[in-house]
Amino acid sequence: MRITQGTFSFLPDLTDEQIAKQIAYALAQNWAVSVEFTDDPHPRNTYWEMWGMPMFDLADPAGVMEEIRACHKAHPDCYVKLNAFDSTRGFETMRLSFMVHRPPVEARFRLRREETAGRLIRYTLERA
Amino acid sequence: MAKKADRYQAGVLKYKEMGYWVPGYEPKATDLIAVFRITPQEGVDPEEAAAAVAGESSTATWTVVWTDRLTACENYRAKAYEVQPVPGIEGQYFAWIAYELDLFEEGSIANLTASIIGNVFSFKPLKAARLEDMRFPPAYVKTFRGPPTGIVVERERLDKYGRPLLGATIKPKLGLSGKNYGRVVYEALLGGLDFTKDDENINSQPFMHWRDRFLFCMEAVQKAQAASGEVKGHYLNITAGTMEELYKRAEFARDLGSVIIMVDLVIGWTAIQSISNWARDNDMILHMHRAGHGTYTRQKSHGVSFRVIAKWLRLAGVDHLHAGTAVGKLEGDPMTVQGYYNICRDDFTKQDLARGIFFDQDWAGLRKVMPVASGGIHAGQMHQLIDLFGEDVVLQFGGGTIGHPMGIRAGATANRVALEAMMLARNEGRDIRNEGPEILATAAKWCKPLEAALKTWKDVTFNYASTDTSDFVPQVSVA
Repeated sequence: MRITQGTFSFLPDLTDEQIAKQIAYALAQNWAVSVEFTDDPHPRNTYWEMWGMPMFDLADPAGVMEEIRACHKAHPDCYVKLNAFDSTRGFETMRLSFMVHRPPVEARFRLRREETAGRLIRYTLERA
Repeated sequence: MAKKADRYQAGVLKYKEMGYWVPGYEPKATDLIAVFRITPQEGVDPEEAAAAVAGESSTATWTVVWTDRLTACENYRAKAYEVQPVPGIEGQYFAWIAYELDLFEEGSIANLTASIIGNVFSFKPLKAARLEDMRFPPAYVKTFRGPPTGIVVERERLDKYGRPLLGATIKPKLGLSGKNYGRVVYEALLGGLDFTKDDENINSQPFMHWRDRFLFCMEAVQKAQAASGEVKGHYLNITAGTMEELYKRAEFARDLGSVIIMVDLVIGWTAIQSISNWARDNDMILHMHRAGHGTYTRQKSHGVSFRVIAKWLRLAGVDHLHAGTAVGKLEGDPMTVQGYYNICRDDFTKQDLARGIFFDQDWAGLRKVMPVASGGIHAGQMHQLIDLFGEDVVLQFGGGTIGHPMGIRAGATANRVALEAMMLARNEGRDIRNEGPEILATAAKWCKPLEAALKTWKDVTFNYASTDTSDFVPQVSVA
């Protein structure tokens, strides 16, 4: 099944043109953009690997598109996402984060159930 | 005010004569300010009525008492300082009243409300009274801990950015067994929702005891997380008859791995502040269902405006708050509802009379509350909802998910696809308010569930006049 993390995972995979438009939107808001990748898309894996530093003060999405392509080429079996970060007071967090590449075979997770006292179950999510 | 020699003679004085009417008073930066809408009885002077409200909500009683003179009484008297007729409504007045900070205990909404709405609403010289808005000085705001999680941390915990969150209330809200109830949770979350929700009156009834509900719902949540690789939640309603029982339910929700719990407004202010502290200690998002508020917020002439309730709840510390839909089945003028959303989400709320906001309010770094739009909304209104409320909101489509002709999972998918397609288009610079239906129709070409949703609910609207609207025309300039 498709991993549905990210802002646009229920839409068909975005085209380069669509990705570039989202980057242009983020840049117009003065957000910093960054590229991250992982082979471990566990929903609690907060820290994907950084593909370089976040890019501040950019004007043109073309450079970011180049970084996305380079990241994907170096890690074809990884998930790649694009983040847009807002440093405004009261936010200081990500405002947009979406997948731009998926591996040929999607990761799958299995639910491990540890039966404890009563009917209480301790749940753990692990890679299938 | 009466001359000092006459002021403390035994007997009855007008409130105005007792020092509760101070025209032209400049509120101090540390004062709390309230604006009431008052409807004096026939023949009662509006300024006297305003002074009476000030008096009865601070130090006064109906007659002169000499024991006032053992206190710095001028400090403790609330001061009515301005009265204006309500535009266009005969017999109603807005009265501004300032309260000294010393009148209030730190960090206690119970104390605040016992003062401000304690007994003035039953006061005979007034036919009706309504608390319209309040301003809290930062010195007072800082005595509260506020939302245990807040919008920013909620998003970081859930790893969901750039779009409203999606939810649905499980229906029918009463009668399902735990096992059947959990089935609805599973289907809805798997279909694409972020959250499902217990309704306000689901507690622990004969057809479904609370532990059964929690066990089956969390099995559903965990399974949906495994299948989607996405964090999901179900608002487990822990409302109970006693605090001991409420804590017990909160702990069980935590032990099963829930990210969120829910309480109803009817549990009361002290209970809300207590469970808010618990939520802080246990990394839990706290969802507030405003059950019962319509009894005192809806009518303009009498009660407490929801914008005041929203302010109290942000101070008391909730993470989610139902704040209206404007386009759905429940009461809510769009501008007035936007005012509630701003109170939940602003760092600094500006005076905005067209949205019912009377005062600037500095929130002094208090975390933000995620507003929830729920009740009679469907995928076909996605563009209107995003245009009205932006992206920091939970959109809840209960009937609009569970009532889908192709099933619950399809209903959820329709909503998620409509939402993502609309956000993508908005960011691309499309004018979603006008092009929304076209954007939805384009997505419906490749998404059958969305096509079916649009067809089923295309003509459903709830166009009734709102009872609670601004008294100021939108053109009024706002500071």
